[in-house]
Amino acid sequence: MFLRATAVDLPGNPWFSVQYLQDNAGAVLDALREHTVLTGQAVLIAAAIAVPLAIVAYWFRSLTGPILALTGVLYTVPSLALFAFVAPYLGTGSRTVVLGLVLYALLLIVRNTLAGLTQVPAEVRDAADGMGFSRSARLLRIDLPLAVPGILTGLRLATVSTVALVTVGVLVGHGGLGQLILGGFRNNFYRAEILTGTVLCVLLALVLDLLLAGLGRWLTPWADRRRPS
Amino acid sequence: MNPIAQAIAWLNDPLNWTVPGGVLDRLSEHLIISAAAVVLGCLVAWPIGLWIGHSRRGGGIVVVLSNVTLAIPVIAMLTILPLTPLGFGRWSVIVALTVFAVPPLLANAYTGVREADPEARDAARGMGLSGRQVLFRIEMPLALPYLAAGLRTAAVQVVATAALASFVNGGGLGQIISAGFGLGIAVGGGQILAGGLLVGLLAMLVEVVLVGLERVVTPRPLRPSRGRRDDARSAVGEA
Repeated sequence: MFLRATAVDLPGNPWFSVQYLQDNAGAVLDALREHTVLTGQAVLIAAAIAVPLAIVAYWFRSLTGPILALTGVLYTVPSLALFAFVAPYLGTGSRTVVLGLVLYALLLIVRNTLAGLTQVPAEVRDAADGMGFSRSARLLRIDLPLAVPGILTGLRLATVSTVALVTVGVLVGHGGLGQLILGGFRNNFYRAEILTGTVLCVLLALVLDLLLAGLGRWLTPWADRRRPS
Repeated sequence: MNPIAQAIAWLNDPLNWTVPGGVLDRLSEHLIISAAAVVLGCLVAWPIGLWIGHSRRGGGIVVVLSNVTLAIPVIAMLTILPLTPLGFGRWSVIVALTVFAVPPLLANAYTGVREADPEARDAARGMGLSGRQVLFRIEMPLALPYLAAGLRTAAVQVVATAALASFVNGGGLGQIISAGFGLGIAVGGGQILAGGLLVGLLAMLVEVVLVGLERVVTPRPLRPSRGRRDDARSAVGEA
């Protein structure tokens, strides 16, 4: 194989190699693209499930415990086991990876959204009720906007850990940058390939985290800037 | 045959448990690797966390460290460490897992000392205890519930991530899942599911046992009214 040839040609198997990046720019970019897409899909689907779940838990106090317990159990189950549960049914496609990641991200978003909602000051809630808001109107115009910092904390944690977890998808052949990391390991321990995958992975997490932090600032212009978010 | 029936059939075959490289072998590997990583993590994280909490300096490092390790893929650690002077073998797997055990241990040790009742600390100071005596006789005992909570979080996480050691052929219960994928879904589906079940159950079991331990080491007056303090602590661990 081509990769094997370059690995052998390079003296000393360096940790970083411009040559490797030039020769494999296409493969690296493909892996990065797959990684980003998988992360985006997983976080968006998880948010679409988790935020309504948190709202249900907020409205019906008796459901708070069960919802947190269920998502907590899913979070405790090791990621590899989650993929193992899903794979026999969905096969070795990227759907398996996305579903596994979604199950894993739920808890982080549910818990932080719920924390954001319950931290809405009681006076504000009372004032809204006194002004004649219905429950859903209060949710949309008072509770959710004030819970944005909590929701975004959940999204940021979920995004960063999802970026790291996508790599476990190599198990079913869809690990994004994980393909590079494990591919390099299996390819005569080709250090440049491993480290390229790792560094891009951490950078992707950092960039997405900063983007979400920026989104948070933009959505909450009233927030106290002196406090670290 | 559906995957669940296949998995039950696989688990029901005694040979799958007792052969070399069977469930029992993998389970003991898994437990040894995990225990070593957690112990190593405690040895590193607790002294540092207690000291940072006591001296009230460098609290920022706790947050930075847990954020950074959240972003590092476990697989990257597992593949990079064998290529360093650590070399191939069990130690590089253990060290890789330790990296992920340190943040919760550190954060909880730090928070535990920080949250120690300031009046108790002042009283101890007033009675003439030195800084070290305050740390060992007042702050550390008061931080015990937090240390236990950190231990639980770290241990569950390490047991869960130890499954990934199979990617670098590092042993543990994950090998059963990887071997199942090696057979292909049609044949190995049951084994994959069975392996997932074993790993998941082990993580739950560790969680339950350590929740019990946490309760035992928490003095009765400090015990939370079901669940409330737990949320605050986990939030700190992950922020």
